[in-house]
Amino acid sequence: MRLVSLDVDIAAPRDMTRRHSTVATFTLAAVLFAGPLSAQEQLPIRNCTWCHGSSAQGFANAPRIAGQTRQYLEMSLQSFKNHARDNPYSKQYMWGATANLDAEMAHGFAAYFSELPAEPANDGDAALEDQGKAIYSEGLPDENVVSCIVCHGPKAQGYERIPRLGGMGYAYLKRRLEQWGEGYHAAAEPMPRIARNLTTNEINALASYLSFIK
Amino acid sequence: MPIMAGALAVVAASSSLAADRDEGGDSKHGFQAKLEYCKTCHGLSGEGYRGYFSMPRLAGQQPKYIENQLRAFSERRRVNPVMFNVAHVLSPATLAALSAHFKALNPPPSGGGPKEHLALGKTIFEEGLPESNVPACSACHGPEAKGHEEIPRLAGQLYPYTLQALSYWGKERGQGGTRDDTSAIMVPTTHNLTQEQMSAIAAYLSYMK
Repeated sequence: MRLVSLDVDIAAPRDMTRRHSTVATFTLAAVLFAGPLSAQEQLPIRNCTWCHGSSAQGFANAPRIAGQTRQYLEMSLQSFKNHARDNPYSKQYMWGATANLDAEMAHGFAAYFSELPAEPANDGDAALEDQGKAIYSEGLPDENVVSCIVCHGPKAQGYERIPRLGGMGYAYLKRRLEQWGEGYHAAAEPMPRIARNLTTNEINALASYLSFIK
Repeated sequence: MPIMAGALAVVAASSSLAADRDEGGDSKHGFQAKLEYCKTCHGLSGEGYRGYFSMPRLAGQQPKYIENQLRAFSERRRVNPVMFNVAHVLSPATLAALSAHFKALNPPPSGGGPKEHLALGKTIFEEGLPESNVPACSACHGPEAKGHEEIPRLAGQLYPYTLQALSYWGKERGQGGTRDDTSAIMVPTTHNLTQEQMSAIAAYLSYMK
């Protein structure tokens, strides 16, 4: 189980190059031809929605950004740009997408997408929902896993730089939780320390539960 | 022997995420692991952390107060579902060791309270409000707000945490009615405070070293 998921995660960038080359080309084209922007010009929203979905609800491997907290979005754009966020898809897509992003534009994107309504992905394993909810709310005290609810909130709505998780896609949530334990994005304390104590089954349960939250 | 080594390698390769869940039980459940668990939420130096909820500063806190509160969580005299789960697995020896550890920490206060009424906060802390019969905080919590025995340290506490505590006496603590709770004194102590006065006190304390 574990080996299979590793295989998918680590090898994904290479597969992605083949499977999603069209999307990647479109993104690249959009970034190249957008040109410099003055503050008065409209934000090039389509640079984001090519991949994240036309209503920013997430699409394929790109997570939902609609309704995410403004501070988290802005911080994320900076952490892609400064390469602190170093998981494979970040490197492949977001490093390039943010290379020429200035602080003002990052702020504008974050403000825009945080205001969009968000739909739950509802794509987890419903059989794991209760287990995920228990871990989310109570943690695993015997295993020294803290509860998620204290930082991410009762409806996983997030708080400022702490991201909204409720209704995000199962695959994205699972991948992120696994990648903390694999050493990616190590600067994002305390998540690496928290997630590395989770088993694959617990990660699946958490990602499932969260995917159903409205 | 080679077969065993092969089997071990497979086990090692398939359990990297929670590598020590089933091995090295001592390190997993030992004091260091529990301490790291506390600090995940309460800060690496015990300075507290503001997530969706506020995780209070524990650094410099009176050990007797921490032990009292963890017992109160565990016995549901202080109602907090998250801390119930945390507290009820702690042995008395671990609890005492954790309390002693946090007492010795001394990171700078994280501050963060609004600054417009700090002078009012200082006045209430040092002198109380004679006109509304509010005693000085310093009378019990000490001139430097360091606390004593079961009376908690307040200096450097997170602004939103103190603010909520001040307006929440009797709703979270002292529940069940089976045993006295030292926090009962805070109900009459604070009940004449306005929201602005509570905010001023909480802000003042958030900057106190």
